Amino acid sequence: MTATDSSHAPKHQIQLPLSKAWEISLKSIKIRFLRSLITASGILLGIAFFSFVRAVNLIPLHETGSAVVAEQSRHNFLAVMALLVCFVGIMNSMLMSVTERFKEIGTMKCLGALDKFIVTLFFIEAGLMGFFGSVLGWLMGWLIVVITQLLSGGAKELNGMFYKGSLLQAGESIVIGLAMTLVASIPTAVRAAQMPPAMALRSEV
Amino acid sequence: MSANEYVVRTKGLMKEFKLGDEVVKALNGVDLDIKRGEYLSIMGPSGSGKSTLFNAIGGLDRPDSGSVFINDTDMAQLDPRELAYLRCHTIGYIFQTFNLLPSMTALENVTLPTVFAGMTTDDGIERGIQVLTMVGLQHRLHHRPTQLSGGQQQRVAIARALANNPSIVLADEPTGNLDLKTGEEIIALLRELNKKEGVTIISATHDYKMVDVSDRVVWIRDGKIAKIEERADITLSVGGMQGTEEE
Repeated sequence: MTATDSSHAPKHQIQLPLSKAWEISLKSIKIRFLRSLITASGILLGIAFFSFVRAVNLIPLHETGSAVVAEQSRHNFLAVMALLVCFVGIMNSMLMSVTERFKEIGTMKCLGALDKFIVTLFFIEAGLMGFFGSVLGWLMGWLIVVITQLLSGGAKELNGMFYKGSLLQAGESIVIGLAMTLVASIPTAVRAAQMPPAMALRSEV
Repeated sequence: MSANEYVVRTKGLMKEFKLGDEVVKALNGVDLDIKRGEYLSIMGPSGSGKSTLFNAIGGLDRPDSGSVFINDTDMAQLDPRELAYLRCHTIGYIFQTFNLLPSMTALENVTLPTVFAGMTTDDGIERGIQVLTMVGLQHRLHHRPTQLSGGQQQRVAIARALANNPSIVLADEPTGNLDLKTGEEIIALLRELNKKEGVTIISATHDYKMVDVSDRVVWIRDGKIAKIEERADITLSVGGMQGTEEE
């Protein structure tokens, strides 16, 4: 008696229009602007460190022989460390920013939001912060290298090769920053969305 | 289909919580039939299981055993999608802490359920203004929750609960965070909506002011129904109960 009653109904549940999801996410970033800024700065600084280390690598070394190898491996080590630091930083900010909103997630579920709606909202929000944080972070790291190079009279090393490499690195930084942001936030949002609403509503941060 | 007289029926609801080593039976076999269009209060001291019952009826948490039927649909049989549909269209929720979304204005908060219901933006806004007018907040449409008083926030929450024309409104301690006068206003509003719109109101509370307006009062103690009283029986004893809010 139960299945026939309800099974036809959910077909009317339409998709949350993407424009609406976009609008809600933007609003949510705006109203928590300072909080969003801090979260995005976490991403920005992590990526800036990484991009700085990578950009330094593009400038040819003057040493020869074993010194080059040593310098090269030092750079690689720094790049890996930068990546780790940036991963932990981003993970921390994104985990916090989702966890402190469990109650909001529970409320939305009470209003009839599908898990999918909620994850979409968080995906857009995290994606925006990840993208802009990474772009600015890359730019910051890169500019520091360029400016130091110019100030120390090494303008000729900023040649076509350097700029071409920089472009590739920009792509690399953005992809890594974005991926880390999403990896840190989406599983948390999915977990919150799948919780019974009563449990999400109870959570206090 | 059985008679549509009952909008909610529960059978043998059980729910346990673990508190350290101790197992607390929050619900210990609750059978309750709630009539369409009635104003029902679930009363009981804190820890009596009334919030757990509220969560089970509203599909916010699954009971360990037993079943909840909403309009003859067994809630345990529903998949997440169907459950979301039920929460969206059939049930409206009101909470003690209002739970408005801080990033949205009153109107946007009220419009949100209509978005989830697939209404167009224009229709949603029209409906939002309509329900906000119904609760007397037509002059506060574009205020954010932080710019509203507690009573006003609860009115927005009530409007939001009504946005999709639910047949049931569930209220968990709706007056718990409000002062006496504002609490009375909210109770009067709920009663009025119950009479005018015919919506079934189920309220978990330990506010004795609620007793006055309820059609029936269910007393819960230790996860069981201690007694169910009809309004006619209570009015006699109300005088004696006032001022005994020590629980």
